[in-house]
Amino acid sequence: MTGLAQAHRKLLTVITESNLERDLVREIEALGVRGYTISDARGRGDQGLRASHWGHSSNIRVEIVCDTPLAELVLSKLREKYYEHYAIVMWVQDVEVLRPDKFR
Amino acid sequence: MLSGIDPIVLFFALGLLAGVMKADLRLPPAIYEFVSTLLLLAIGMKGGIELARQPATGLVSDLILTLLLGILLTFLAFFILRGLGRLDRANAAAVAAHYGSVSIGTFAVAVAFLATAGIAYEPTLPLLLVLLEIPAIILGILLARGVQAGTPWGEIAREVLLGKSVLLLLGGLFIGWAAGPVGLEPLAPLFFDLFKGILAMFLLEMGLIAADHLGGFRRHGLFMGAFALLIPPFFAMIGIGFAQLMGLSLGGTILLATLAASASYIAAPAAMRSAVPEANPALSLTAALAITFPFNILIGIPLYQRIATWLMEMPA
Repeated sequence: MTGLAQAHRKLLTVITESNLERDLVREIEALGVRGYTISDARGRGDQGLRASHWGHSSNIRVEIVCDTPLAELVLSKLREKYYEHYAIVMWVQDVEVLRPDKFR
Repeated sequence: MLSGIDPIVLFFALGLLAGVMKADLRLPPAIYEFVSTLLLLAIGMKGGIELARQPATGLVSDLILTLLLGILLTFLAFFILRGLGRLDRANAAAVAAHYGSVSIGTFAVAVAFLATAGIAYEPTLPLLLVLLEIPAIILGILLARGVQAGTPWGEIAREVLLGKSVLLLLGGLFIGWAAGPVGLEPLAPLFFDLFKGILAMFLLEMGLIAADHLGGFRRHGLFMGAFALLIPPFFAMIGIGFAQLMGLSLGGTILLATLAASASYIAAPAAMRSAVPEANPALSLTAALAITFPFNILIGIPLYQRIATWLMEMPA
């Protein structure tokens, strides 16, 4: 450890279909998420190979750093809305952040 | 020598082969986006230039007939899928939306085909293309969900009307009409002279994409395979009938037949995925991309040309 990290937050990572991007962003912003990072992703899972060279079969990775209550809220909301019909996986990690004021 | 075959079709075959053999060939997604943007603008502008030369006549009745055609094709597909294919309501509606709507890639190949054959067509066809893309998607959602509260119609309208294809085709049409043939002269080398080269790149990528979707039927395989092969010529005949009602030329008739025969793989999948999430997207995409699209560009378009020529040359 460098001693620079000062506060604990959760890193919530979501891998899902890229065509959900707009809907998902609207959803998490409505829940109070102030910042997130989205990148194109590819890989293999229950849905087979997701090759990421064409809109309908590509994935995105959404990363959100926030406090525990908000992470819980986002997780439960996304689970309720997308688990049934969409390709989506999520996980949560503990992270230490350098500037806590940047993350709720 | 394969002198009878348009070389652009061979690019599709190359992409398909490379994809099936899992060769190390991938075009960057940005290239695909760029190439399809160029195609959409070029098709729109071509129509716009012609409209500037000679104003369209009888446009309103053509537009109404086109809307009716879109609705008819979607209903037909839906009832065939429900009745013969025993698909559940959501899947039947989603597939029907794809087949009632249109594929711009197929249209572009037909345009190139007509150019090679030296057959002219009405400048209003790009407008009819835009109009034929939309009703099937809305009807598909209605068939799947009924008129129920909570359907995000605003979002769906936004997605369909501000989708890339509608925006660029109408934008190109307007630019072509506003600038006219002389004004667009400086742009001709990129958009018109290179049209076939751009189309070849597009088809190479389409071959790779189609290969990815082969083998996407886990259920309903035999029925869906037959559906994706037999619906295009059947719908093309209906398209020819509507073209006759509109009094289109031979070129216009071939293009409308091709549009009726084609299945959407851009606008419809996106709209269906958000509005009818319970439908299996692999079912529609495999049928539209891996079967119907290759069928139309390899066999369909020349076939529709022959049938339309034969019908229109018959003594009345």
